[in-house]
Amino acid sequence: MASLSASAPRDLTGAEIIVQALTDLGVEVIFGYPGGAVLPIYDALFHQTRIRHILVRHEQAAIHAAEGYARSTGKPGVALVTSGPGATNAVTGITDAMCDSIPIVVLTGQVPTHLIGTDAFQECDTVGITRHCSKHNYLVKDVTRLGDIIHEAFHIATAGRPGPVVVDLPKDIQVARARYVRPGKIEHKTYKPQIKGDLKAIEAACEMIAAAERPILYTGGGIINSGPGAAQMLRELAKLTGAPVTTTLMGLGTIPQDDKQFLGMLGMHGSYEANMAMNQCDLMVCLGARFDDRVTGRLDAFSPNSKKIHVDIDRSSINKVVRVDLGIVGDVGHVLEDMLKVWKSRRLRTPDLAQWWAKIAGWRARDSFGFTQAGSEIMPQQAIKRLYELTRKAQPIITTEVGQHQMWAAQHFGFDAPNKWLTSGGLGTMGYGLPAAIGAQLGNPNALVIDIAGEASIQMNIQELGTAIQYRLPVKIFVVNNEYMGMVRQWQELNHGSRYSESYSDSLPDFVKLAEAYGWTGIRIENAADLDTGIAAMIATPGPVLVDCRVAQLTNCFPMIASGAAHTDMMLGPDDKTSAADEDAQALV
Amino acid sequence: MKTAPSERHTLSILVDNEAGVLARIVGLFSARGYNIDSLTVADVSGDHAVSRITVVTSGPPAVIEQIMAQLDRLVPVHRVLDLTALGPHVEREMALVKVAGVGDKRVEALRLADIFRARPVDTTTQSFVFEISGSTEKVNQFVELMREVGLVEVARTGVVAIARGKEAV
Repeated sequence: MASLSASAPRDLTGAEIIVQALTDLGVEVIFGYPGGAVLPIYDALFHQTRIRHILVRHEQAAIHAAEGYARSTGKPGVALVTSGPGATNAVTGITDAMCDSIPIVVLTGQVPTHLIGTDAFQECDTVGITRHCSKHNYLVKDVTRLGDIIHEAFHIATAGRPGPVVVDLPKDIQVARARYVRPGKIEHKTYKPQIKGDLKAIEAACEMIAAAERPILYTGGGIINSGPGAAQMLRELAKLTGAPVTTTLMGLGTIPQDDKQFLGMLGMHGSYEANMAMNQCDLMVCLGARFDDRVTGRLDAFSPNSKKIHVDIDRSSINKVVRVDLGIVGDVGHVLEDMLKVWKSRRLRTPDLAQWWAKIAGWRARDSFGFTQAGSEIMPQQAIKRLYELTRKAQPIITTEVGQHQMWAAQHFGFDAPNKWLTSGGLGTMGYGLPAAIGAQLGNPNALVIDIAGEASIQMNIQELGTAIQYRLPVKIFVVNNEYMGMVRQWQELNHGSRYSESYSDSLPDFVKLAEAYGWTGIRIENAADLDTGIAAMIATPGPVLVDCRVAQLTNCFPMIASGAAHTDMMLGPDDKTSAADEDAQALV
Repeated sequence: MKTAPSERHTLSILVDNEAGVLARIVGLFSARGYNIDSLTVADVSGDHAVSRITVVTSGPPAVIEQIMAQLDRLVPVHRVLDLTALGPHVEREMALVKVAGVGDKRVEALRLADIFRARPVDTTTQSFVFEISGSTEKVNQFVELMREVGLVEVARTGVVAIARGKEAV
């Protein structure tokens, strides 16, 4: 009997099962913060060396760091937080990942099973709270199911349209024992996303593109989520069809920024040519984007005379806000692959789009991202532009916070490859950029990672300066400091009679001293003449560096389509007034 | 945007019988502003693994299409069927209707119940509880008639529905 029990696999504690399952899943790094309800898991982490734990300073940052890791590596990010406030602090990050379709797995501690529902210390209904801001969630009540649930959580997070999955782990489950068997390939009994697109529909799409006179490829974050191969195939499709390409905020990097067929980003702060081409096209091919309100503007004036094709892995995205003529459910990478095959096998020719391109050239000539840098005051656009030009060779990974600086970064920083641009698009979460940069740096130790920030946003997760220094992460923060919550101020100027209610960033810290207090290097740039040397110093300084770049305070971000306005009703500069600046406009976000 | 007229649709949703699954379904409807006119749910499998949820909802065709797609992408959902769109199906609901009264009203209540094939399942000398099942319209009509003869209260199950013919969904 003794020999039999010696050969049988030893039962593991729930905490050990979690760590073993994460190891088997190839997890290299988890972002977390300990607390009473996760102590057994932290103890199990203490006894191993395969998984690196990064101690953040706030649970929201753990989730954004996991997102930054996921977006920059293409692998799922993992976060570990305690029950109650640990879980509720994570909710913003989880919702952010939901909105931007980012694959992460969030492990939350929970009070022991027998205390659930008693209002125990640090108890909250985590699965209830996260039910509608996660792709899926679990409350583990049986330790024998724990290993499978962890594996299943990763499968759900990464399969189909990616998203956050929450696994709530009562403390008694963490100490109970069970056998852990590494499962094989996960075949979920109900969740089977459609990966391949319908071939008949793909053939029809190719014929429509070949017949179009004014086509446009409208591409989004789905192409980035689908993997680098999808971006490659998009470029090939663009070549074969000769069609202009625009991307959403989330899609920047799917096509090189200096590609002749690239019209720049579209939407509220997109380029004039991209929005006009969307409006005037006769065929719109939407690839992995979702007709967000920031993209469409006024819906009843959105691309009124075009046929529309929509490729999306999420069936519910198709016909959600814009009715399309041809919907194709599938992974955009697989659909693009099939489109290329069909195009080639049918020997479809590149249509003659000379007239269309001539029209586009006219719109391009407006130079809608143009600005004037004069005098010693630094224009924010100039700051971003020089940052781009001086770091381009290093192919940096850029994260952002949310607001004007984010839009200027999208307009003036160029991206040549996917997974280099990490920004909170759907939820618009201030405080995203620094923790995301930390996650990206951990996933890409040799990359130059820069958080382009605003002086207001950066303060929302400023405590993470400590995390970066603890793990010697050479993250750079470039604060575009205009002493205003700039986008709020801009909307107050345009829609609320310049009444700047609570949008001035009063009582700012001395960012240089603050950086130094955390062990960072702080650099201040105040003059246009010092911009290049300041940026060069930032790049040359080893370790983490915060740059406080003082810019013109009242610059607005143009071009702009006001909320509820049409693509054709674009403000190109301060002299353009929109027709929508009335009460209706004030009700729109 | 001009909105198409609202239509009533009966949906069958087969879900994994796990904790919180009903909250996912109901929460989806409330979060996205869809209507629930009636909702029933019960375990329908031999091994208690699958529950069947019947939802009666209303909205323009595009909204119904969106409801189907949104339900379908929930992880524990096996299948979503729009019985109204699929064609012939039977819909039934059951109600317990309490009526109090004496004399002619009491006699009339019993006579009307007989016409509607409603069955008394509880009685005192001054009251009846009738069980009635049938289409929503039939139950509505019966309840309306009972108002005139001493209706006290009503409990209804909401609609359950199934497609006609020999095939399973």
